[in-house]
Amino acid sequence: MITLAHFQIVSAALFAVGLYGVLARRSAVLILMSIELMLNAVNLNLIAVSSYVESSVFSGLIIAIFVITVAAAEVGLALAIVLRLFRNRASVNVDEIDLMKW
Amino acid sequence: MIWFFFIVLSVFTVGGGLGVVATRNVVHAALFLLLSLLGVAGLYVLLASTFLALVQIFIYGGAIVIVLLFAIMLTRSREYPHISDNRQWPIAGIGALAFFGMLVVAFRVNNPVAQVRHHVEFTDLGRSLFTEWALPFEIASILLLVALVGAVVIAREGGRRG
Repeated sequence: MITLAHFQIVSAALFAVGLYGVLARRSAVLILMSIELMLNAVNLNLIAVSSYVESSVFSGLIIAIFVITVAAAEVGLALAIVLRLFRNRASVNVDEIDLMKW
Repeated sequence: MIWFFFIVLSVFTVGGGLGVVATRNVVHAALFLLLSLLGVAGLYVLLASTFLALVQIFIYGGAIVIVLLFAIMLTRSREYPHISDNRQWPIAGIGALAFFGMLVVAFRVNNPVAQVRHHVEFTDLGRSLFTEWALPFEIASILLLVALVGAVVIAREGGRRG
């Protein structure tokens, strides 16, 4: 019998992998992909809990739908910013974008 | 049997994630991301959330991975076939492992007593979305509109300040 804890462990592992990607990668596109992994881990956790715990308004499922919506908006905006960055600096490596660092 | 599917899908999910953060080729990273997202969709099916599995495949597998591939193609950099990581990647690995340990401990300590799996009908979900959650739903649509306009304005060629 698969319990809630198993899904939570998978979700925690996926979140940790995404966290490592955000911290260790240099390319902005790869950081975006790692953020998608973390959002998916959160969604998996929400849906696992909502599927095991009784709720009359399906909070977990609906919040997961909103997370997917916001992730889509985020990817669209981030793509625009990455394109702009590449046009101005000919690079998408985040450690070379230090204009606002002092 | 269900254990077999759970283990295979978990390996797809976490293995795809590891591929995303470990590969040296950006296009391979996008394909690993697709594998991981499809694994998550399969886990949603195991959790009896068919609707979310469909949404996951359509929006993540169909739209977001394609958009990321467009981002890769439009910013074709010489480094893409063999990118490098930050110099401090071991610290990042230690931090991620510590976070994983913390999450596992937190899930162990605060474990809700839950054994029954509920199946949610599409109609019940839709009714809830358009009654109790109607206001957040409308706000989400405004958010998407604003993000769309903002993306067009940011990425547009030319403009007053070049």
